Amino acid sequence: MATYLEFIQQNEERDGIRFSWNVWPSSRLEATRMVVPLACLFTPLKERPDLPPVQYEPVLCSRPTCKAVLNPLCQVDYRAKLWACNFCFQRNQFPPAYAGISEVNQPAELMPQFSTIEYIVQRGPQTPLIFLYVVDTCLEEEDLQALKESLQMSLSLLPPDALVGLITFGRMVQVHELSCEGISKSYVFRGTKDLTAKQIQDMLGLTKPAMSTQQARPVQPQGQPFISSRFLQPVHKIDMNLTDLLGELQRDPWPVTQGKRPLRSTGVALSIAVGLLEGTFPNTGARIMLFTGGPPTQGPGMVVGDELKVPIRSWHDIEKDNARFMKKAIKHYEMLANRTATNGHCIDIYACALDQTGLQEMKCCANLTGGHMVMGDSFNTSLFKQTFQRVFSKDFNGDFRMAFGATLDVKTSRELKISGAIGPCISLNVKGPCVSENEYGISGTSQWKICSLDPTTTLGIYFEVVNQHNAPIPQGGRGAIQFVTQYQHSSTQRRIRVTTVARSWADAQNQFQHIEAAFDQEAAAVLMARLGVFRAESEEGPDVLRWLDRQLIRLCQKFGQYNKEDPSSFRLSDSFSLYPQFMFHLRRSPFLQVFNNSPDESSYYRHHFARQDLTQSLIMIQPILYSYSFHGPPEPVLLDSSSILADRILLMDTFFQIVIYLGETIAQWRKAGYQDMPEYENFKHLLQAPLDDAQDIMQTRFPMPRYINTEHGGSQARFLLSKVNPSQTHNNLYPWGQESGAPILTDDVSLQVFMDHLKKLAVSSAS
Amino acid sequence: MNVNQPAPPGVPYGQPQPGYTGYQSSYGGQPGPIIPPSPYGAYNGPVPGYQQLPPTGVPRAPPSSGTPPASTTARAPSGQSAYGQFGQGDVQNGPSSTVQMQRPPVSQPFVPAPVAPLVNQPATFQPYGSLPTSSQVTTQMAGMQISAPAAAPPPSGLGYGPPPTSMASASGNFPGSSLYGSYPQNLAPPTSLAQAHSGAQTPQRSVPLQASSFPPSAAGAPRPPSIAGPPMPVQSFGGPQVSQTNHASSPSPQAQPPLPGPPGPPPPPMHSSQPGYQLQQNGSFGPARGPQPNYGGSYSAAPNFAGQPGPPQPPPPKRLDPDSIPSPIQVIEDDRNNRGSEPFVTGARGQVPPLVTTNFVVKDQGNASPRYIRCTSYNIPCTSDMAKQAQVPLAAVIKPLARLPPEEAPPYVVDHGESGPVRCNRCKAYMCPFMQFIEGGRRFQCCFCSCVTEVPPQYFQHLDHTGKRVDFYDRPELSLGSYEFLATVDYCKNNKFPRPPAFIFMIDVSYNAVRSGLVKLLCEELKSLLDFLPREGGAEESAVRVGFVTYNKVLHFYNVKSSLAQPQMMVVSDVADMFVPLLDGFLVNVSESRTVITSLLDQIPEMFADTRETETVFAPVIQAGMEALKAAECPGKLFLFHTSLPIAEAPGKLKNRDDRKLLNTDKEKTLFQPQTGFYQSLAKECVAQGCCVDLFLFPNQYVDVATLGVVPHHTGGSIYKYACFQVESDQERFLSDLRRDVQKDVGFDAVMRVRTSTGIRATDFFGAFYMSNTTDVELAGLDGDKTVTVEFKHDDRLSEDSGALIQCALLYTSCAGQRRLRIHNLSLNCCTQLADLYRNCETDTLINYLAKFAYRGVLSSPVKTVRDALISQCAQILACYRKNCASPSSAGQLILPECMKLLPVYLNCVLKSDVLQPGAEVTTDDRAYVRQLVTSMDVAETNVFFYPRLLPLSALPVLENPLSKRVRDLIDSFRAQRSRYMKLIVVKQEDKLEMLFKHFLVEDKSLNGGASYVDFLCHMHKEIRQLLS
Repeated sequence: MATYLEFIQQNEERDGIRFSWNVWPSSRLEATRMVVPLACLFTPLKERPDLPPVQYEPVLCSRPTCKAVLNPLCQVDYRAKLWACNFCFQRNQFPPAYAGISEVNQPAELMPQFSTIEYIVQRGPQTPLIFLYVVDTCLEEEDLQALKESLQMSLSLLPPDALVGLITFGRMVQVHELSCEGISKSYVFRGTKDLTAKQIQDMLGLTKPAMSTQQARPVQPQGQPFISSRFLQPVHKIDMNLTDLLGELQRDPWPVTQGKRPLRSTGVALSIAVGLLEGTFPNTGARIMLFTGGPPTQGPGMVVGDELKVPIRSWHDIEKDNARFMKKAIKHYEMLANRTATNGHCIDIYACALDQTGLQEMKCCANLTGGHMVMGDSFNTSLFKQTFQRVFSKDFNGDFRMAFGATLDVKTSRELKISGAIGPCISLNVKGPCVSENEYGISGTSQWKICSLDPTTTLGIYFEVVNQHNAPIPQGGRGAIQFVTQYQHSSTQRRIRVTTVARSWADAQNQFQHIEAAFDQEAAAVLMARLGVFRAESEEGPDVLRWLDRQLIRLCQKFGQYNKEDPSSFRLSDSFSLYPQFMFHLRRSPFLQVFNNSPDESSYYRHHFARQDLTQSLIMIQPILYSYSFHGPPEPVLLDSSSILADRILLMDTFFQIVIYLGETIAQWRKAGYQDMPEYENFKHLLQAPLDDAQDIMQTRFPMPRYINTEHGGSQARFLLSKVNPSQTHNNLYPWGQESGAPILTDDVSLQVFMDHLKKLAVSSAS
Repeated sequence: MNVNQPAPPGVPYGQPQPGYTGYQSSYGGQPGPIIPPSPYGAYNGPVPGYQQLPPTGVPRAPPSSGTPPASTTARAPSGQSAYGQFGQGDVQNGPSSTVQMQRPPVSQPFVPAPVAPLVNQPATFQPYGSLPTSSQVTTQMAGMQISAPAAAPPPSGLGYGPPPTSMASASGNFPGSSLYGSYPQNLAPPTSLAQAHSGAQTPQRSVPLQASSFPPSAAGAPRPPSIAGPPMPVQSFGGPQVSQTNHASSPSPQAQPPLPGPPGPPPPPMHSSQPGYQLQQNGSFGPARGPQPNYGGSYSAAPNFAGQPGPPQPPPPKRLDPDSIPSPIQVIEDDRNNRGSEPFVTGARGQVPPLVTTNFVVKDQGNASPRYIRCTSYNIPCTSDMAKQAQVPLAAVIKPLARLPPEEAPPYVVDHGESGPVRCNRCKAYMCPFMQFIEGGRRFQCCFCSCVTEVPPQYFQHLDHTGKRVDFYDRPELSLGSYEFLATVDYCKNNKFPRPPAFIFMIDVSYNAVRSGLVKLLCEELKSLLDFLPREGGAEESAVRVGFVTYNKVLHFYNVKSSLAQPQMMVVSDVADMFVPLLDGFLVNVSESRTVITSLLDQIPEMFADTRETETVFAPVIQAGMEALKAAECPGKLFLFHTSLPIAEAPGKLKNRDDRKLLNTDKEKTLFQPQTGFYQSLAKECVAQGCCVDLFLFPNQYVDVATLGVVPHHTGGSIYKYACFQVESDQERFLSDLRRDVQKDVGFDAVMRVRTSTGIRATDFFGAFYMSNTTDVELAGLDGDKTVTVEFKHDDRLSEDSGALIQCALLYTSCAGQRRLRIHNLSLNCCTQLADLYRNCETDTLINYLAKFAYRGVLSSPVKTVRDALISQCAQILACYRKNCASPSSAGQLILPECMKLLPVYLNCVLKSDVLQPGAEVTTDDRAYVRQLVTSMDVAETNVFFYPRLLPLSALPVLENPLSKRVRDLIDSFRAQRSRYMKLIVVKQEDKLEMLFKHFLVEDKSLNGGASYVDFLCHMHKEIRQLLS
């Protein structure tokens, strides 16, 4: 183990985990003084091409309250065939199958390199994956056509035995029967009336009369679930039929008068989709995929009325408590989201429209169920088409990058307790001895349900050190955490992935430098950001910013080296040096700032921030800026207005947008057509280089970022100008037009000013 | 500080899938198989009933041909050839002959004994009667038997008993005459036949002419009073004759010359029958059994009645001579003969039109044709006191959209442009021939309320020297009794011109419907029937759009948009909260969407072939149809084909509440009432939307017609019921009804208002409609068969001079979507003498009113109470007449007003009808069905409904021989007359169906306890006498 950086990287690669602290302060008091909580970013299904799953059941600790899984940290008595649980110290017999073990013949789960291990278990019936399309038909003809094509295309991407269903909605909601021949048949529901799951099932004829169940019993063996219904059919059986059906889909036929929005019954459509799956396939992997082209305008879950003269709510309206339908709508969608999560299904939202579509109200559907949220301008854009296609991408094994119905069970050593989690999950309300009363995020439990997840889905999990100051931990003691993730693999297998990690305890008094050096400022920044964003969902924006500032100041006070009342003496060690800058950009980010964003956009950004892994999250907090010029190879440059130079091409990646910006001179050259002249081929290459890099980024990212190709003076250059640190503004740029970057017309504080204030406050004894 | 950025993102993990863009090309929408519309061949529509000219009115001679077939064949060559000449001619004779056949068996089972005296009878009194009378007929029959005893079919001995065919409601209105008209020569045959039968008769006939010509001259127009025959009528006929003469002469002095028999143009005396008629008008019945001319009118029954109270007649009932009581058949026949030949010209006020059973042509000269309006009396009392005294209901039976025979022109359509029709400022009556123009034509005075209104400038016209407008004859609204105005947008709902109506076919596809073959049959039929939707005028294509719904426990709507390759089914299971799932593509133009519709109708039977769903809903189906019309913003009609009691969980769900124990209890009325108020409010919504509901029921058991019928009833729709429907036996009937129902012209979204002169007021309305206030009759739909009966009451005095006016204004939307006003005007006389009232009554109309009144009464009172009230009212009417109009006579004498002499027999039929006196085999549903059916019947229908026609057929289903053909033609011709297809039941003697047959023999004593005509007449007589004493 060379450096902490390498250690951190190794751990991330092996276990998919990044801790804010990699050496843990050994008492509660010290831990709280560290300001940044002990927490980790955990990617439960991190892709591990080198990790073949084992085909047997994990061995569990026999203590009913523990049930930890046998792991490399356990002490094993090979002779007595006993093992001691490293969490509760219970001594356990190995099961008979392990009779042959010895020091040289160890099962995989005892080998240190298998701190993360995956078991394939036989549990319950294997049901095929379910994809239920919920399609808005109140679209422009062109949009609808594009959407229909995408949906038809997707049929070829689905696993052949997957069950697929179709619900369309506009003023009415139609559930299409897929099995019939000849006349196409659909069940129609009024878009204004909310129905209970029972009613929906009754009306769809899914509740079988008592008679027929009795008759059916001998035919269908007990326990074998009802495999298909008229509304959900295996793709391979009905793909032609469904393709035709999709092809014949018409725009909602109800007339929309001048000055009105179309009546769109999104709320009821979702409710019916949820009810349908709830009744037929509870607790099996299922995606409800909602495609909508506008806000819900009637019925439960309506976001805005159909009068066009009344605009959809803005942040301003929300702050003024002027959003008439919002609370009721949110309640409706939350209720649906919770039901969906309880059933182990997930809801994806693909919202493509120029105006808002009500993501602010519907966000919980995706957030609580682990579903995707995609926002675009139109279904007829590559952003949507490719993003949608990417939902069905496959991994190195040819398996879909999606897993369903996961439960994440976290177990800790006695010195630790679990404070909560932040991510696309819901609480399973499992209260145990290791659940802390100190709450962060989704708390009060040691188990969470993640209805849908992919290899990048990442949760922030927060802990509390509960060891008392007067009960020191022996030198070399290590604390351990075990993550047990049970899930349905896309191949429909049930699998259990177990990750067990341990970190050393350190006494903050004697070994402060160890703790300091083992600080992972990137993980810490993301974890703190998640806390901040989580708070921002329920608290006023300024309060969150103040809280973040206070935490930052306290951190600097704790870990900075300075003379009291002397800002100029302030220094931070390498392991902390980037942290304030992350915080600076976080404060400016759309996750905390709602200015210039619609409520839908904020919801969209926050949704993705709460689930991406560390790397992506960092890009979101502090976008990456690359410079391309004749002065050398492409290089990352400061996200600063001073980086915007006339002879450079800049490539900015904010996760959500890829911006290519041509400096003034470059733009002129291009305009003059030099790239087309053979003698300036190098210029052509220069122009091409950022495009290629952008393509690389876009091909891997989900959702596909918005691609912006602009130049100096272009209107879209605002995407770049709003992100860079405004080190030069119209206020401080004296020699106007001097070739030292571009002034930003803003009153925002620059990083420099921010740091100056921070130093001043950190060294001040008053605070 | 430096930027410690993570490395740029790594390698892409997947190439974009190239297949994407090219993908959809392979999935071109494959056009479905296109099924060519099947040519419409099988069906040619109902045969128009009365294309032929009306009868010429020549007396039809003794229709002794009653048994012609038998006798003819029997009588060998000569007869046969005569017979052959007129082909169907015998049809025409049907009714009359029926009569002959029918009656005898009743009162006298044709035992030689009674016959014998009768045989003598003619000889005795024949001189008086030129017209065929029952007795005469009997004679002939006897003669026939005598003349060809061996050849006559054996069973005839039993009174023509052989296998008579009973029609559920066979008619005799004008079927005969229509055919008759086309075969003028057949006039001869009967005569010759008659001659052939009994040569003796011929001479007799001429005698009566002379004889009968005498009384009229004597009476001039003696009052129609009935016979006050000598109390002691002798059994023999000699006596009567004498008394007749006496009587005839005695009343004459007191008789008012003014209005003899039929008002208006006095019947041309050229007819031999005429005199008889006249005489009859004088109506001296009673002992004057002899005066045959009085046909049924004079009945020797009188003696019997007299006998009843009076000790001298020991066994009165036994002695009753059934042949002498007023015979409906005779009355009908006479009216036909007397009034069928001349057009009925409506110019004069207060004219009593010919009977509904008479075929006549109407000439509109300022009053509405009797086809549109018939009144119980055409001369109404001036004061309410008088009206109360007489107890004669004042009512008009209005059929605003009545179909006219081809020779009568439909009402003219008047277009007044944007200003709309001219109306009275105060009462809003429409311009009509009775408005008085004053001040040189600048103003007009309303004939209803007397208010003076300015004539709009564009309507101004000078008056001629008589005060008539110069353009009197150019303007239908000034010269005709019936005409139409084009309505302006002010007369339209929401001030928008209506859209053309839509027809929605809503088909029950539950197990019963599928199994019985109904669904398949119906779908097959609809494929061709849709080409015959009603169209207006000469339009090439109907403007009516169509939609389709099937249902069991849930509803299936179909998208049949023309652009689709296949229809689409949309299931709505939310029956608790009904809505229409689609707009575009639900209601379509038949020719545009033909392929899709055909495909749908092909597939519906297949789709539900294996259904096991037995439960149905009902109210949601209507709601769905109504909502669909609402969404399409048009009026329309729902055709519901329904099989069972709607027990599925839904609004309007019903329980089986049929309980025979309730019969004859105070709770019996609940069986006629809907079991829930839900359907009433639904009906109200339907009416508001102009949604008319026609219900075809195919029940195998109780379906609660009383409740299911609420919406059809209130929306002006019809109910058709086919109990235990089987395709083989019932398809013809059902399909005929369906065709007729789909094809017939309908007005939608109608409002009818009846305005009257000051002094009387429309107070009560009967029929299939909805009323949200006390004056406006709202009809979601109204067709040419639907009738509204309106009762008037006095609220002031009327004057003899000005008479009384009725204006019926119907605002409606035509089947092409045109908004129109149809106006019917009728002027009536007013009287201060009760006699005038009784002289101008119309018994058929009266019965129509009384039946509807009674049938409504059963909703609130026990059936017995209703029956008693009916009897008591009629007794009062007759007693009032006896007391105030008839010449004084012995109390023992039954005296009936000439115009009302059939009142007892018809009333008895009403009393015996299934609703008021059900037999054991009559189901609750049947009664409710009949009750609703009668409510919207016109006079002709109630007439034949309550007094079924009976026709003789000597042999029935022989196949390809002329007789069989004639029989079938006969049946067809009747069917063509009726708004509903009549079920043909063949009854053989001693068959169990004989009971059913006997049920229709309304003059007999019924098994349910209904009185025979004779008994009832006695009873009435008793009642009247009680009232008098």
